[in-house]
Amino acid sequence: MTAATPSVPMPRRRRRRFSSDHWGPILLLLPSALLILVFVYGFIGYTGWLSMSNWNDLVVNPLKFVGLDNYMHLFRDQRFQIDMQNTLTFSVIFIPGCLVLGLIGALLLHTGLPTEGFWRTVFLLPMALSFIVTGVLWRWLMNPSSGLNLLFDALHLPFLKNGWYTDPNIGIKAVALAALWQYSGYTMAMYLAGLRAIPGDVYEAAQVDGATASQIFWRITLPLLTPVSLSAVIILGHLSLKIFDLVIAMAGPQGGPAFSSDVPANYMFNTVYQANKFANGAGIAMILLICVSFLVIPYLSWSLRQEARA
Amino acid sequence: MTTAAIPATEAPKKQPLRIARILVYVGLIALALFYLIPIYVLVSTSLKSYADVSLDRMWQFPQHLTLAGFAAAWSGDPLKGQQGLGGNFFNSVKLVIPALFISVMLGSLNGYALSHFKFRGADILFFLMLFGMFIPYQSVMIPLVRVEQFLGLYGSIPGLVLAHVVYGLPITTLIFRNYYAGIPHDLIEAARIDGAGLLGIYRRIIVPISAPGMVVAIIWQFTQIWNDFLFGVIITNKPSVQPITVALNNLAGSFIVQWNVQMAGALLTALPTVIVYILMGRYFVQGLMAGSVKG
Repeated sequence: MTAATPSVPMPRRRRRRFSSDHWGPILLLLPSALLILVFVYGFIGYTGWLSMSNWNDLVVNPLKFVGLDNYMHLFRDQRFQIDMQNTLTFSVIFIPGCLVLGLIGALLLHTGLPTEGFWRTVFLLPMALSFIVTGVLWRWLMNPSSGLNLLFDALHLPFLKNGWYTDPNIGIKAVALAALWQYSGYTMAMYLAGLRAIPGDVYEAAQVDGATASQIFWRITLPLLTPVSLSAVIILGHLSLKIFDLVIAMAGPQGGPAFSSDVPANYMFNTVYQANKFANGAGIAMILLICVSFLVIPYLSWSLRQEARA
Repeated sequence: MTTAAIPATEAPKKQPLRIARILVYVGLIALALFYLIPIYVLVSTSLKSYADVSLDRMWQFPQHLTLAGFAAAWSGDPLKGQQGLGGNFFNSVKLVIPALFISVMLGSLNGYALSHFKFRGADILFFLMLFGMFIPYQSVMIPLVRVEQFLGLYGSIPGLVLAHVVYGLPITTLIFRNYYAGIPHDLIEAARIDGAGLLGIYRRIIVPISAPGMVVAIIWQFTQIWNDFLFGVIITNKPSVQPITVALNNLAGSFIVQWNVQMAGALLTALPTVIVYILMGRYFVQGLMAGSVKG
């Protein structure tokens, strides 16, 4: 504002500003850092303590430390075992599905068509939706006496008809399909960015050497996309562990018949809010957190180190 | 790409090229059908009357276009005790605006501090912040509710705003840090030599060129907050303050066979974020990419 005023007393003030530079950025970060410290790490610590307490009723007095009892209970608990199994089934469909669909889409988009923007907008559209919207929509599409089953009839593919989320043998697989519809655009965008980053002369050199299109894809493009694939696996993997809203919207709060669509995040929610078993719920949350940490901590340090090197 | 340069010699090559192009289009159309068929069902069902939504006619166009489904989804049916989404739509608006504004402001300050200043612990701090983006919120849920109760914010829109601001900080910080890292450090050094302080540089140099990063962060946060369900369901217990996603889930439970109402409700819930996405898709994708950490 007063930049134009001639400066006689400037030098001294300038020096003081310089010294404030050290504390200045820390002061700027302080409010956010404190919020994160309390709301993320403090809260996780508290949840960790609860998971080792006896708070398994609305009011428990006195609150006692019970060690790993809640975890032992969980590992023996049938619903929790089903949930972990379901998480695995979900990720086995969801992660490779997103990778393959995303890669195909990205390769198609990377062909330099003038209409690329249009197609990209279409493919990524589901990413703008809430999981609840997706869940409500896919519950209708997967209505056993309508939707996709009707479509399969019309296409003379009756063997594809099934009970979807109402069939205990399908359950979570139906949820994974809806998740695939919503999230495959994400990996597509990641792969597209990865393809754009590959310099054109790599391909030219390969062509000069007489490489065929499939050789170029398997020996050059795919290996160069490895970092992207790795990032995608981490992101999709941690999403698989956290999936919650979609299950609620498609299969209901109890996770469908015989818990066939149930997941740990949903079980945790039920345990805490319906059964008031806070310690057990905290245990489920901590197990989820530990699984996510195993994926995310190496990934984060890897990508920050890579960035520092660049 | 270079076919126009030497038409005569390139001619024999054009045939396989054209076939390749047709195959690309076939692939693109197949993918587009996969993504758009559910959207078709969503829109066409929402425009049907209740009499028109029989299970065996799901794939047919509406016989008469009607907005009755939207009316019911918006206002509910008080006689049957069915809640509509209208009030909840505005709850989401009231929630998203302050939460967006505050988390973007704080994210911008953090990003500025983390991108152009080196101080001890900066890397660890950034790491700890980023980790907050990936945690399952179940692991903070129980204490969050207790603290909100203690602060008197439980069950209110300000309580939701607080949660979205705090847990939105990692991603907004990341977006701005990556964006500001692209500003030449010389520019900041020059302003410093001219006597500008930390906040002076921020106000006069950083903010004026922040617009693109700002748009990315705003669109991303808008989509995230609008689409959130978990915080809505744990922090707000009364239908009168719940955000639209929670209300949609309840609506689907009360209008069980009225699929037209459910689809209209889903469309109403989706509309704000879809409109933003269609108008500003490029920035949305940038936010998406920022979320995979490497900028």
